[in-house]
Amino acid sequence: MYRYDEVDHRIVRERVEQFRDQTQRFLAGQLSEDEFRPLRLMNGLYVQRHAPMLRVAIPYGHLASRQLRKLAHIARQYDKSYAHLTTRQNIQFNWPELAQVPDILAELAEVEMHAIQTSGNCVRNTTTDAFAGVAQDELLDPRAYCEIIRQWSTLHPEFAFLPRKFKIAVSGSEEDRAATQVHDIGLHVVRNEAGEVGFKVIVGGGLGRTPIVGEVVKSFLPTRHLLTYLDAVLRVYNRFGRRDNKYKARIKILVKAMTVEAFAAKVEDEWLHLKDGPSTLRDSDVAHYASFFIDPAYEQLQANPPEFSSKLAAEPAFARWVERNTRLHKRAGYRSVVLSLKKTGVPPGDISAEQMDAAADWADRFAYGELRVAHEQNLILPDVRERDLYEVWQLAKSQGFATPNIGLLTDIICCPGGDFCSLANARSIPVAEAIQTRFEDLDYLFDLGEIDCNFSGCMNACGHHHIGNIGILGVDKNGEEWYQITLGGSQGSHTTIGKVIGPSFAQADVPLAFEKIMTVYLEQRAVGERFIETVRRIGLDPFKERVYAKHH
Amino acid sequence: MQSIIKDGQIVQDGWQILRADAEGQYPAVAADVDVIVPLSQWLADKAVWQARPGKTAVWLAPADDPQLLAADLAALPLVAVDFPAFTDGRGYSLGRLLRERYSYAGELRALGDVWVDLLHYLWQVGFNAFEIKDGKAIDTALSGYDTFTERYQSTHREPVPLFRRRVTSL
Repeated sequence: MYRYDEVDHRIVRERVEQFRDQTQRFLAGQLSEDEFRPLRLMNGLYVQRHAPMLRVAIPYGHLASRQLRKLAHIARQYDKSYAHLTTRQNIQFNWPELAQVPDILAELAEVEMHAIQTSGNCVRNTTTDAFAGVAQDELLDPRAYCEIIRQWSTLHPEFAFLPRKFKIAVSGSEEDRAATQVHDIGLHVVRNEAGEVGFKVIVGGGLGRTPIVGEVVKSFLPTRHLLTYLDAVLRVYNRFGRRDNKYKARIKILVKAMTVEAFAAKVEDEWLHLKDGPSTLRDSDVAHYASFFIDPAYEQLQANPPEFSSKLAAEPAFARWVERNTRLHKRAGYRSVVLSLKKTGVPPGDISAEQMDAAADWADRFAYGELRVAHEQNLILPDVRERDLYEVWQLAKSQGFATPNIGLLTDIICCPGGDFCSLANARSIPVAEAIQTRFEDLDYLFDLGEIDCNFSGCMNACGHHHIGNIGILGVDKNGEEWYQITLGGSQGSHTTIGKVIGPSFAQADVPLAFEKIMTVYLEQRAVGERFIETVRRIGLDPFKERVYAKHH
Repeated sequence: MQSIIKDGQIVQDGWQILRADAEGQYPAVAADVDVIVPLSQWLADKAVWQARPGKTAVWLAPADDPQLLAADLAALPLVAVDFPAFTDGRGYSLGRLLRERYSYAGELRALGDVWVDLLHYLWQVGFNAFEIKDGKAIDTALSGYDTFTERYQSTHREPVPLFRRRVTSL
């Protein structure tokens, strides 16, 4: 895990003082609402439906136990003893007092955390595979590059006021678990013919009002050119991105308007002036950052030790949890554990202060003190010995973290919706809960298998509904909340934007529509075929027919 | 005369900015006044502007192409970039292009919606003079220079990024 040096500490402290001064000037009437808004947004501070909302950066989803304890403390001290994990691997507090935010930031700075650029029209938190560094299929550990990008993007003097927010994702694995194709810039590791590792640079993907799968602007970028190339892309976007209409301001619109070929040529032209400049990464530079992400002191272990195997055989509930909520690790005898934040009755991604403290303790006891935040809004212990899994499971159960639903229909990605967010057209939390309740029968849920269900309360698509195998979008019709269902979306290496199946549903009818969709799947699936594969094979019509059939 | 910030000092300044009115018309400007003219006016009448007794400088709007000024930069005493809104960040890229690609070495002035919270960014990309927006304190704006005492990236002021300085010193 990256550790701040004296300079990192100083920059974050100076940012806290800058924001303290800005807040005081706003409260004293020296900064207008319009002037303060972009400044507070660049510090993750929204004004929401009920209160300010503060989004804290968790760079590329990496958390140390002491940081999680600090977040628990902040939840207790300044908020209502809980917080919310987001699809950008960040965490947000829903009820802080504006005047106390500088104090919260000062407390965060003590544990090497901040809220810099968690919102606003700037480069946002870089995201990556939640299993970076422990995945079996990794060509390159993306974490050093994520940290290099974090530093490059932090308070970048040229790109503080972009046309719109800007999101970068990095995937170091063959299988893309960072949704690189739906980011403003996606960096997906590839190997060239000479066997060198570099990045495929994908630009112009994104969800929101105009969902678009990004296009490749550079099929192989040697890793040493990462920052100069990013500077070139951002400069072209900063200068030529639209600023007259915020719905057309994202880089995806610029790429489409110019064509990807013309955009790539313009970037290439810009890059010629920057290439090989002082930001070119040398091996020693990368090695310095990689040195923070070395393996912990793993033990030499056998896979499936007897005490683990016997528990698996003896307790089906444990076996079910292991199957769904743990993931094979690059080292034998270890697994990554996903702590589910998708228990029925709790808003997806919400985590209590007590849970945070407990998870921090388990990280220290079982997982070398580190955790990850997944973009699916769950918490991960990346390195747990298989022999400890039974104990971890029991502890997880005691904290409501052990719902064995990871990757299943009830592991819903969900934005905070109209209960919290002032942008939302509809509530998402109660609808997510109604779906979870409808599919609570674990045998049925397991039988349905892997299904990504993503839920957004408005067109901004914070819940990434377009890339859910089954997606829900809250829509407003004459002041009433309605829910539109999409099918066939997927993330990963075959990213697809889902299609709307037809007219939207009233809140009470959404679970039944889901059930009908699942019935069609169960009737039509081939042996071993996942839901998304069936949808791709048979198309939307059979689902539409069933869902919209008249009652007899 | 107005007060501006230049090279870290508050100084008196006599330059007048030539801006179009609501109908797109430019006011007449006395021949002996030092004037900052828009790029379009400069390009349309370069010889006339160069021949007048007062000095002439040029200002760029955010969408202007600084390359159009490249050939003239060595002879210009001042180039300004307008920030019609402080959230319009195009001028930061223009600043770097003028300094780094076109090697402009004279006064580079930020105009428009410019105040204390932006100074450190503007200074880093190459601006050395700031016309602080009406209604914003100029004396306290000076503190904006050193909001941050260090930065991560390669910038005009410090081309060697922090990671390189760090690793070299290891």
